Amino acid sequence: MASITIRDVTKSYAKMQVVHGVSLDFASGEFVVILGPSGCGKSTLLRMIAGLEDISGGTIAIDGTVVNKLEPRERGCAMVFQNYALYPHMSVSQNIGYSLKVSGVPAAERTQRIQAVARTLELEHLLDRKPMALSGGQRQRVAMGRAMIREPKVFLFDEPLSNLDAKLRVQMRSEIRKLHRRLAATSVFVTHDQVEAMTLADRLVVMNGGRVEQVGTPAEVYSRPASRFVATFVGAPAMNILEGTVTLDGLSLLGDSRKLNVSRTGLPVGSKVAAGIRPESVRLVAAGTPGALEATVDLVEELGAGRVVYVDLDGAPFSVVTSETVHPVPGSTVGLQFSEADLHFFSSETGSRLDVFKASVPEPAL
Amino acid sequence: MEKRVTFSRWTIGILFAVPQLLLIFTFFYWPAGQAVYWSLTLQQPWGGGNIWVGLDNFRSILSNADYWNSISASLIFAGISTGLAMFIALVLAALTDRQLAGSRLYRVVLIWPYGIAAPALALAFRFILAPEAGFMAVVNQVWPGFWDPGLDGADAMASIIVAFSWKYVGYNFIFFLAAFQAIPRSLIEAAAMDGSGVIRRFWDIQFPLITPTIFFLLVINITESFQDSFGIVDIMTSGGPANATNLMVYKIYSDGFKGLDYSGAAAQSIILMMLIIVLTIFQFRFIERRVHYR
Repeated sequence: MASITIRDVTKSYAKMQVVHGVSLDFASGEFVVILGPSGCGKSTLLRMIAGLEDISGGTIAIDGTVVNKLEPRERGCAMVFQNYALYPHMSVSQNIGYSLKVSGVPAAERTQRIQAVARTLELEHLLDRKPMALSGGQRQRVAMGRAMIREPKVFLFDEPLSNLDAKLRVQMRSEIRKLHRRLAATSVFVTHDQVEAMTLADRLVVMNGGRVEQVGTPAEVYSRPASRFVATFVGAPAMNILEGTVTLDGLSLLGDSRKLNVSRTGLPVGSKVAAGIRPESVRLVAAGTPGALEATVDLVEELGAGRVVYVDLDGAPFSVVTSETVHPVPGSTVGLQFSEADLHFFSSETGSRLDVFKASVPEPAL
Repeated sequence: MEKRVTFSRWTIGILFAVPQLLLIFTFFYWPAGQAVYWSLTLQQPWGGGNIWVGLDNFRSILSNADYWNSISASLIFAGISTGLAMFIALVLAALTDRQLAGSRLYRVVLIWPYGIAAPALALAFRFILAPEAGFMAVVNQVWPGFWDPGLDGADAMASIIVAFSWKYVGYNFIFFLAAFQAIPRSLIEAAAMDGSGVIRRFWDIQFPLITPTIFFLLVINITESFQDSFGIVDIMTSGGPANATNLMVYKIYSDGFKGLDYSGAAAQSIILMMLIIVLTIFQFRFIERRVHYR
């Protein structure tokens, strides 16, 4: 168990800076998920913690010790790789026990510990096999075992589930979660899959373009996204964004067709603002319902339990998640209703969240 | 899935194979057959028929101390030069694989020696290793008489080993580097996370994974050291001094074309061929077992 302190960490390759001054604190025993699109620097950050990449600037400390100049083996971290990185010429037990062999643990103790790990991961009957003779899920488990056996202070996961099929991924997800509850080691898990991130994380770090966009519990990140990027990246389907302009008496969205009364924005009249609403906060009503926005249905995605309705709202794409038994037909007109309290506002310039807005009673639409 | 071209009639397939078969027959089976025939007869040096002598040629060669000396010289040459060429190439490739400064340059430059004809590089090394003017002249100035390949058989052997290894280091390097680069980076990183240092990683992870390449190069290097050494020996030492570098392939040439003992030379060719075959079989039987094919 160990805390991790990241201070102003940067990473530059020859000409490109990929991580721009990241500062984070991971508490001991915490399960942190770093979420972001590919190329956002999340894996680089993880590899810097592991010691596989040099740190260009700033410091990383594990348990208060700055590890910038330490070799990977001196940092007490174990890592599970995306492609598992099992040693193809070694058997499962050799793979799991390699780190013990390197550190000179006697053979008898080694065997005993390999057995214990194998029992936890249900790998006992596979110990003599080579990685090539294993299925994806089994390889994944061996990779986990290899990380576990060292009883590391910190577990690092680099998109470990992305090579598995959907069913196995869900299963491994819960296994990782259970394992973490038992071992209680600080874990840092990197992924681009938001479902994985939401389900696994004690705390979520959302990264974009080498910067941290938001840190918070999954619920916080979902309900109060700190930026437009987080708002549209977390949640599926993505949050709907309507561009608007601050007017004298409020905020005009969708051209001038709809106005929100907003008291004291503190923003100059004419500045651009984006308003976001989650598809699951929008209600689908019959066309012509008073106060509802009218939109044309483009496409309906059936999900079984519900459906995603993609509509065209005055030329802007908009999606609605509904579990009601309405089955809109593409091309038909529907009404959209939502509560102003569910709106999120972001500066169009910086993308950051604006909490100055207090939406009040809407003017009748149209 | 593997794509296969199939021919509707086997004659068309044969037709396509004919040019290659013709080449192999003309330049391998026919001369080899001739050599076998000659080795069993006594050829007149100036033409004019031959006499069937059975295995007499082999008996006389194998009872000749000079020939046994040539065999042991060849084995020493093959062993040391293969070891040297492979070891140096392995070290260079391992370092280049770690992306050290200048590695892109080595990658290009190191294949060049293989492109140089053996006699040309032998001539260059004759100058470089000349006791009176080359690099070794400096040593000779400190310890007079330390280095003289013209008089000392060991020095002469060292010279041809250096020249041959120099040529094959480049060849081996390219194969080793390709093998190293085929190892996924994440394996090395996983080993690093497992606490394994650079040297330990090399022996535990990289070395076992490049064994197929090592095996391939071992077979090629040993075979070539018996055959490709001719040009180097001819230019650098002509088999001397006192037969110290009279390798089997050079002795065949000198006995046959200088000594005009065609039959004896033919018998030696057969023995050399058998030796290479036996060595290759041995390598496949006993060394290949330790190879991890992925």
